[in-house]
Amino acid sequence: MTHPTDPTTAPGQDESTVPGRRDFLGMVTTAGTVTGLAACAIPFVESLKPQDSAAAHQPVEVDLSKLAPGQQMTTVWQGKPVFILRRTPEELARLQNAALNETLRDAQSEALQQPPYARNWHRSVVPEYGVYVGICTHLGCVPAYMPPTPAPDQTGFYACPCHGSHFDLAGRVLKGAPAPYNLPVPPYVMPTPTTLRLGENPKGETFDFSTIEQI
Amino acid sequence: MKHPETQDHTSAPAAFSGGFAGWMEQRLPIFSAFRKEYVDFPMPRNLNWLWNFGAILVVVLLLMLATGTFLAMNYTPTSAEAFFSTEAIDRQLSGGWLLRGMHVTGASLFLAALYIHLFRGLYYGSYKAPRELLWLSGLVLLVMVMGTAFAGYVLPWGQMSYWGADVMTKAVGAIPVVGSALEHVLTGGDHLGDVFLHRVFVLHFIMAFLVVGVVGLHVACVHITKSGNPLGREPKGPQDTLPFHPYYTSKDLIGLIVFAMVFSALLFFWPGLLTEPANYAPADPLHTPADIEPEWYFLPFYGLLQSVPSKFGGLLAAASAILVLFALPWLDQSPVRSARFRPACRLGLAGLVMAFILLAAVGKHHATGEWMLIGRLAGLYYFGFFLVLLPLVSRREKAQLQAASPTTSEGDA
Repeated sequence: MTHPTDPTTAPGQDESTVPGRRDFLGMVTTAGTVTGLAACAIPFVESLKPQDSAAAHQPVEVDLSKLAPGQQMTTVWQGKPVFILRRTPEELARLQNAALNETLRDAQSEALQQPPYARNWHRSVVPEYGVYVGICTHLGCVPAYMPPTPAPDQTGFYACPCHGSHFDLAGRVLKGAPAPYNLPVPPYVMPTPTTLRLGENPKGETFDFSTIEQI
Repeated sequence: MKHPETQDHTSAPAAFSGGFAGWMEQRLPIFSAFRKEYVDFPMPRNLNWLWNFGAILVVVLLLMLATGTFLAMNYTPTSAEAFFSTEAIDRQLSGGWLLRGMHVTGASLFLAALYIHLFRGLYYGSYKAPRELLWLSGLVLLVMVMGTAFAGYVLPWGQMSYWGADVMTKAVGAIPVVGSALEHVLTGGDHLGDVFLHRVFVLHFIMAFLVVGVVGLHVACVHITKSGNPLGREPKGPQDTLPFHPYYTSKDLIGLIVFAMVFSALLFFWPGLLTEPANYAPADPLHTPADIEPEWYFLPFYGLLQSVPSKFGGLLAAASAILVLFALPWLDQSPVRSARFRPACRLGLAGLVMAFILLAAVGKHHATGEWMLIGRLAGLYYFGFFLVLLPLVSRREKAQLQAASPTTSEGDA
């Protein structure tokens, strides 16, 4: 706080340069009031903090016993749609087809879009089941599962309704699509062959889903 | 102590002649208006601590608006979710317990400060000419605040909320002719559910902001008529007044600090005094709690309601207890304002406070047996004071004054 110089007093005089007692009291009062107001603002600001509810982070258990080969189901984990797909042996064979892999943007799953234990040709823990977070990596729409058509050589795929991105049955994005990354694979374990627990890593593995490239 | 008028800034409008302040001054003179109404504003120099409650009420109102806004962001007005969203505010939301604690304590202490403020007006004759509109706007505020407080109490949808709302809507239904239609509109259905709760939530929100508007009118009134004072005589000139700043800003600040200490003590150490345990159980339309009573600030009116053996009569008595205050400027014709110089009135006022407290006790203990008798006597005295005692006393005082000095009796006494 600067004290305005009084033109009637000679420069260098104490009264004009040294803040008076009243100024000091004024400053102390102002400082006290500001501190008090700032302290009072704490609960208001605190309440605006995003709430990560503990319940949303609990693992979600899914029963797969009713899922037939070639079928896909959608479940919800942390508010996101999760696709669980039971692939047929023909479809699994197709995933390993080197010629078809040429049409994929990231056939080897190099981008961190899956836990390390799912970085393999089938992008899953068990080849039979594919598990993906069903959010297109382009602009966040939910891709639709297109089951295989009866005509020979036709395979199922995922098609995003918004901008036409296509993903194969391992969630890998096809070249020429606007989506830049493969569909994310969430952390999960399979405690029994027909149950799946989303949000939990297999023993000895650590993977934080929030570290992936992009949802 | 020297008057601080002779500082760098002179109080003349010339202080706002240059720069941004000068630019504003020509278009919207808020700076000079603020200086006139809140810095240089002449206040009687003899105000006592009872004049602190106006400022306290304004600050609590602002606190209620701030906490209320933040609570509303986390509250769900449905009968299924209301109770649990309130509990989630207390238990899960960061700082939520403090926000709700401040809102709950603030509601109680707002009414407490309002009653003291009202008593101050009664005792020092703040309702007399030229302050009738000040008094009336204050009473409108009292009614609005009571409505807002009641609506707010319903929102947590606990047992007390639900059954309080039940009693209130049934009471409305007791009004002859229009009652049942009114009750149906109020509840928004055949039972108290989502529609009712949503309406109450909107009502609570709207009323809070309307209160702010009426407070603006109330404060405008006091700035026109100027503040009253304990002697009840208008200041004769500048020798009887002090500028609002720093004299009454600092006095109000001291009052606020003491009030904040009481507020904090209740909020942090004795929250149980202001909350009802039964309201921490979710609303159950199939089970009425054993002892159902309103918040303490409604108890005198609840006592009055119970003391009258007719459903509609009780409602009428409780409503009249406030309505009679609106007629006060015309019931009390004495030119003497302050009860300091009105011994009979002072005694009568002490009785009125006693009757008010007794009615609250009746409301708490249910009007049966001797409490019924006490309630009726206290109720009779309450209305007797305003409708019989005060007009008679004021007529006698007027006659005495006229006999003493016939020439000046109509002026300030």
